[in-house]
Amino acid sequence: MAQKEVLRVEDLKTHFFLGENKVAKAVDGVSFSVHEGETVALVGESGSGKSMTALSIMQLINKPGRIVNGNIFVEGNSLVDMSEKEMVKVRGNDVAMIFQEPMTALNPVFTIGNQLVEMIRKHKKVSKKTASKRAIELLDIVGISRSKAIMQEYPHQLSGGMRQRVMIAIAISCDPKVLIADEPTTALDVTIQLQILDLLDTLKKKLNMAILLITHDLGVVSEYADRVMVMYGGQIIETSETKEVLFDTRHPYTEGLLNSLPRMDQKSDRLEAISGTTPPAFAFPQGCRFAPRCPYATEECTVENPPLVEVEEGHATRCILHMEGGKLHVSKD
Amino acid sequence: MLFLLTVIIFGLAQAAPGDPFTANIDPSVDPEVYEQQREKYGLNDSLPKQYISWLGNFVTGDFGESIHYKGRSVKDVISVRITNTVYLSLFALIITILFAIPIGLYSARNPYSWFDYTATTFGFLGLSIPGFFFGLVSIYIFALNLGWFPSQGSVSVSVSGQTGITLFLDRLHHLVLPGFTLGLAGIATYMRYVRTEVSDVLKSDYVRTARAKGMSESSVLYKHTLRNALIPIVTLLGFELGVLLSGAVITEQVFNYPGLGTLFVDSITNRDYPVIMAINLLLGTTIMVGNLVADILYSIVDPRIRYD
Repeated sequence: MAQKEVLRVEDLKTHFFLGENKVAKAVDGVSFSVHEGETVALVGESGSGKSMTALSIMQLINKPGRIVNGNIFVEGNSLVDMSEKEMVKVRGNDVAMIFQEPMTALNPVFTIGNQLVEMIRKHKKVSKKTASKRAIELLDIVGISRSKAIMQEYPHQLSGGMRQRVMIAIAISCDPKVLIADEPTTALDVTIQLQILDLLDTLKKKLNMAILLITHDLGVVSEYADRVMVMYGGQIIETSETKEVLFDTRHPYTEGLLNSLPRMDQKSDRLEAISGTTPPAFAFPQGCRFAPRCPYATEECTVENPPLVEVEEGHATRCILHMEGGKLHVSKD
Repeated sequence: MLFLLTVIIFGLAQAAPGDPFTANIDPSVDPEVYEQQREKYGLNDSLPKQYISWLGNFVTGDFGESIHYKGRSVKDVISVRITNTVYLSLFALIITILFAIPIGLYSARNPYSWFDYTATTFGFLGLSIPGFFFGLVSIYIFALNLGWFPSQGSVSVSVSGQTGITLFLDRLHHLVLPGFTLGLAGIATYMRYVRTEVSDVLKSDYVRTARAKGMSESSVLYKHTLRNALIPIVTLLGFELGVLLSGAVITEQVFNYPGLGTLFVDSITNRDYPVIMAINLLLGTTIMVGNLVADILYSIVDPRIRYD
C-alpha cells in the first residue's frame, strides 16, 4: 500500500486518576497508524479502551483522565503538543468523529441546518448562504432525499438512521483526512447498519479519507476493514490484515471472539462465550492481561505481560504461546 | 380554576369571624345603627346572593368599595400599591437571574473548586435563613450601621414631585435591600438548579459532538450547553412569579414597603374583606398566568414540545 500515512499513534497511554494510588489504565501503550483511503478497525469488548483511544486522538478526554505518555500525529503534526486553540482547528477539520448514539449526539434545540452550517462556517470562511448551500449538498451526498426540508427540522423529527446520516454529513463537511467512527451502527437496526456502513465506504473512496472504525462486531470488520487491531485491557493484542486475523488467528482472545459469533455452517445449540469478564482498568493482572480467562494459559503466562511481537510479516500478537517456540506456534513455511 | 378560586376566597372570607365593624365600632353605638350599616353594605343578605353580587361586580372590573379606606374603591387602593410590588418583584426576579445563572455556570464548569464550595455553602445559607431575618439583619448592617441604603419606604420624601431619572434612581435605591431579601431564596435555589443542569448537559453526547466539531469553548458553553440547561429553569421561572408576589407580603412588612403585601396585612387586621378578596384573587390569577407563561416559554425554548 503506497498510500500516505495520515494518522500515527505512538505508545499512547491515557490514564484515569481515580483517587489515591488508584489509576485506571484505559489506554496503555497503543501504537498504530492509518493510511489514506484505508479502513482500520479497532475491535474489542466494552471497556477494552477502544473509545478512549478515539477520544484521546480528539484530545477530548475528560477529567480525571489524561494522556500521560505517547504522541499522536496527523499528517506529521503532533496533536499532543498543540494548545487547545490549535486543537480546535484540527477537530472537525482534519479529524472528524461520529458517535455511537445518533439519538443523543445531535443538539435537540437547534435545527439540522443550523448544526451543519455552524460547522462549515467554523472551519471555512464562507458566507451563510454558501454554507447552507454546501449543507444541502452534503445532505444529498449522505443520501437524505428531502435535504432542503430537513435543514429546517429538529433532530427529534428524524429517525435514528437519518440522524446518523446527518452526523456523517457534519463529519465530512470539512473534508477531514481522518474519520473516526465510534461504533456508528451499534444503535441502529440491521438493515440500516448496512446502509450506513456502505455509505461510509463509498465516502471513504470518494474523499480518500482514512477511517478508524471502532466496533465490537467482527461481521462488520470482515466486510469493511482493511486491517484489524484487536484491543484488550487497554492494549492492542493482535493486529494484521483483516483476512489474516480472521483466518489465521494468533491470539486466544481473538479466537474467543470469533468462536462467539453464530455460524451458519455448523449446527450448534449454544454460542460459545469467553468465560469471565474484562478486568477493571485499575487492577490488571501482573502477567498477560488475558491469562485469567485464557483456556491455554500456563504458569509462564502469569509472570510477565508479553510484548506485541511480529510473528509473521504484518501480523503481530501479544501471546507467548504463539511466539517462536510457543506451544501454539505454527509456522506457515 | 379561576372560578374555583373565587369560591374558595369568598368562602374563607365569610368564614372568618367578625365583620368590618367589630374592630372599629364604638361600644356605645346604638345596635340599631350597627344593623343599619350592615344592611347598607349588604352583609345581611344570604351567602349565595352576596357571592353572586360580588362576582358580578368583579368580572365587570368593579372590585367594590374599601370598607376601611372610606369612600375609596378597592381598585383605587390596590392600584396605588400594585406598582410598588411589581417593581419589587421584578427587581428580585432580575437579580435572581443575574446572580444565579453566572454563579451556577461557573460552579458547574469548575466543580469541587473553592468557588463551587463557597457557592454551595451560601446557597444552603440562603435557603435556610428566613427572609424576614435576613431582612432585619440587612437593615441593621446596611441601613443603620453603614447607612448605604434606606431602611424603609419606596421613595424619599425629598424627591416627591420629581420625575425622570432622579425618581427612578431613588426608587432603585430603596429597592436594593428588600429586593435582595426577596430574591435571596431564589438566587440560592436557581444557582443550584443551574449548576446541576449545566453539569448534566456538559456530560451529554451532543456537547461532546460540538467539541468534536471543533467548536470553541465559548460556543460550546453559551450556545450548546446553556440553551439546553435553561429549558427546565425557564419553566420554573414562570412559577417563580407567584412565589415572589406572595413572598413580598413578608418582605414588605419588614421594610415597611408600601406595596400589596403591607396592604394585604393591614386589610386583614382591619377586616377589609373587599380588599382582601381582591388581592387574593389577584395573586391567584398571577400564579395562573405565571404557569401559562411558563408553558408558553417552554414551547419557545424547547422545539420538541412545540405545538404544531
